[in-house]
Amino acid sequence: MKKILIALFCLPLLAFAAGGGVHLDKWQGSVADKAALQNGAKLFVNYCLNCHNASFLRYKNLLDLGFTEQQVKEELMTTSDKIGDLMQVAARHDEQKLWFGAMPPDLTIVVRARGEAGAAGAGADWLYTYLRSFYRDADRPTGWNNVAFDNVGMPNPLWQLQGQQILNPESHKLELAVPGQLSQADFDKAASDLVSFMVWMGEPQQEYRRKLGWFVLAFLVLLFGVTYALKKEYWKDIH
Amino acid sequence: MSKQGKMDCGRRRLIVATAAVGGVGAIAAAVPFVASLLPSERAKAAGAPVEVDIGKLEPGHMITVEWRGKPVWIINRTKEMLDTLPKLSDQMADPHSDEKKQQPDYAKNETRSIKPELLVVIGICTHLGCSPSSKFKAGADEGMPGDWLGGFLCPCHGSTFDFAGRVFKAKPAPTNLEVPPHVYLSDTRILIGEDKKEA
Amino acid sequence: MAAGNFEKYKSNGTLLGNLLEWFDARFPATSLWKEHLSEYYAPKNFNFWYFFGSLALLVLVIQIVTGIFLVMHYKPDAALNAAGVPVAFASVEYIMRDVPGGWLIRYMHSTGASAFFIVVYLHMFRGLLYGSYRKPRELTWLFGVGIFLVLMGEAFFGYLLPWGQMSYWGAQVIVNLFSAIPLVGEDLSILIRGDFVVGDATLNRFFSFHVIAFPLILIGLVAAHVLALHETGSNNPDGIEIKANKDENGIPRDGIPFHPYYTVKDIVGVVVFLMVFSAIMFFAPEGGGYFLETPNFYPADPLKTPPHIAPVWYFTPYYSILRAMVWNFFGLDAKFWGVVAMGASVVIFAFLPWLDRSPVKSIRYRGPITKVMITLFVICFFILGYLGTLSPSPMGELISQICTVYYFAFFLGMPWWSRMDKFKPVPERLTMK
Repeated sequence: MKKILIALFCLPLLAFAAGGGVHLDKWQGSVADKAALQNGAKLFVNYCLNCHNASFLRYKNLLDLGFTEQQVKEELMTTSDKIGDLMQVAARHDEQKLWFGAMPPDLTIVVRARGEAGAAGAGADWLYTYLRSFYRDADRPTGWNNVAFDNVGMPNPLWQLQGQQILNPESHKLELAVPGQLSQADFDKAASDLVSFMVWMGEPQQEYRRKLGWFVLAFLVLLFGVTYALKKEYWKDIH
Repeated sequence: MSKQGKMDCGRRRLIVATAAVGGVGAIAAAVPFVASLLPSERAKAAGAPVEVDIGKLEPGHMITVEWRGKPVWIINRTKEMLDTLPKLSDQMADPHSDEKKQQPDYAKNETRSIKPELLVVIGICTHLGCSPSSKFKAGADEGMPGDWLGGFLCPCHGSTFDFAGRVFKAKPAPTNLEVPPHVYLSDTRILIGEDKKEA
Repeated sequence: MAAGNFEKYKSNGTLLGNLLEWFDARFPATSLWKEHLSEYYAPKNFNFWYFFGSLALLVLVIQIVTGIFLVMHYKPDAALNAAGVPVAFASVEYIMRDVPGGWLIRYMHSTGASAFFIVVYLHMFRGLLYGSYRKPRELTWLFGVGIFLVLMGEAFFGYLLPWGQMSYWGAQVIVNLFSAIPLVGEDLSILIRGDFVVGDATLNRFFSFHVIAFPLILIGLVAAHVLALHETGSNNPDGIEIKANKDENGIPRDGIPFHPYYTVKDIVGVVVFLMVFSAIMFFAPEGGGYFLETPNFYPADPLKTPPHIAPVWYFTPYYSILRAMVWNFFGLDAKFWGVVAMGASVVIFAFLPWLDRSPVKSIRYRGPITKVMITLFVICFFILGYLGTLSPSPMGELISQICTVYYFAFFLGMPWWSRMDKFKPVPERLTMK
């Protein structure tokens, strides 16, 4: 009986591993890699924050990535002059609606929202794939389309770095038609760093949360020890 | 089953151990809840130092700015106003600003300010937190007693303060008005809320 | 044991003693303590399944305490803030980031919601295994079913508050269920929403229900549940009435005082539960997308339904039953019958005390028919729950229809199959396993 119950508990988890849709490239980065996070933060501020908000994040939070206050103020604070402020764009929403047809979504927790497959890291994989899957498409108003997000409203923000890809009509594979400022490997690294930053941004205290978790569990093991001994002590009378 | 009153040593020790470890856990569990009552990052951001341009502040006038949600007065005192201060000293509860926490060291002087004419003070009565109103005109014109030399009156419980924010004797307010930490960034710019110029 | 038979506290002459005597003379402190703890005699053979009652109480306390602190920072407001995000949604992220310790409190509450249903389901399953709902404990069971219903409402209202895509569209779908009721349905769903779509008015009233109305009802029902239980005494894995065999002092021979024996035992259960709870909260607070569903990290957008919506896992078995009904009967459409089936699948638990006609209570002394029926029921319940998380498919529909039929057959056939079984003799006294 108990075995059946356990098996049934595991069943849905297994079934979720097999999700359909676009093939996702695995994001290999880490939120513990401070250098990658710093690079990602700079990319994010330069290429994303012009249109998107990160309205739940404060510039002050960037200090956790190892930036100095001066660095943050001089290099990263594009939308405000107060370090305690939220990372919001000045662009007006109604104008953005006109330009893009919709308001560009807030990106602070997009990595958590994109975890559709339910598996760990799915949101990061999706973003990593998406950022590298833009291609030229003359049928789209922006001139861009994306393999991971068909008919996406956003033009490729990183095209100067990546260059311009086209979709081979026969093989349905992406090919680099015009090279960008970065080599393919360097661009992949840049995209990975950007995703690292976005994973961090989705929950800045996540490393601390896991660390605290180990302390709490260790404490509970200790508490279990004494409470179990106490229970044994009382229950030795009961037969 | 054990009878009441009989409790052996081992059992007692285990109860104490469980209570001790459990107590530590309970205190630790209370930490996030108590912490959540403290000012949030948003409140801290709103309480960040405020920069004020005083280039246009005429002598004899006052501006009020908001810092941490409190009114901060910046008063450009005329010579006449400053002249009232020594005359009033013997009517003051704390004429020499000896109460340490009411002003930073650099404002512990005759005029309670860095520059003699410019007073920066938190406009919150030290009695129960009302904001005093300005009664700058000497004499009875603004409903004050005839010997009034000018200053502030708290509307709630009648405490009176002079042009340096010093409280008169025998009034409900216990101490002088608080001078916030502040610094001159230039001749015409003051940063309120921080002592040091940023690097 | 009737109340009021306990001796009042007698002072030992000290100041504290006098104070206690004064207090006890005016308040039933001693008698409450004795009646419900130190002289409440519980069967001595409680097993693993008996942890979940006290754990449910623990989770209730966790939810109330964390809830009190969350309400200090949460704002039920559907209007957009300066950044174009609904205020309610932004206030949840504000708690997660800007409030010191807020993320921990919020994760406790979100994990606690799922934990509540896990322990309550296991607690109910215990009742099913050992016939705890049978005479004389019918009323305890009915209060319990009431708690379950109120808990579902509480969870449903609470789920709207983060004002994410799942919150919004989940509420939209569930409220629209009421429109299936003939004649008054449309008006009723407007009455519930306070608007023609789920909106700010809905958010505010759900907030009110979630933080005030339903918790009050819940606490009242929990008190009634425990009082009714303590009137009859607890059942046990043998399904034997321990009160039938008392010693010369009127104390059941197989009973032990709840305090200290079950208090120290339940504390161990609490610690183990907290380990599991902490493991989820600190290492997988999203619960693999089941506890915090991924689309709910997008703010509510009334113009765009997410590609796949599903209720939170604890509602999915009933949601499957709702979707399984695709036939029109008696001139009423399938939507109506879906709602009826879904409602019936929850309410039917209340009839268990009268559906079960087995001569013995505990599964230990019941035969293969019961064991097979219950196992199949659990399997069907899990399959329905799993299918409810998926998008509709023809295969899924068929399977959920089969499971739905079995689900109801289990209950409606119980008066017959529960009697047909082979039974083992029930011992006179408890067995310690």
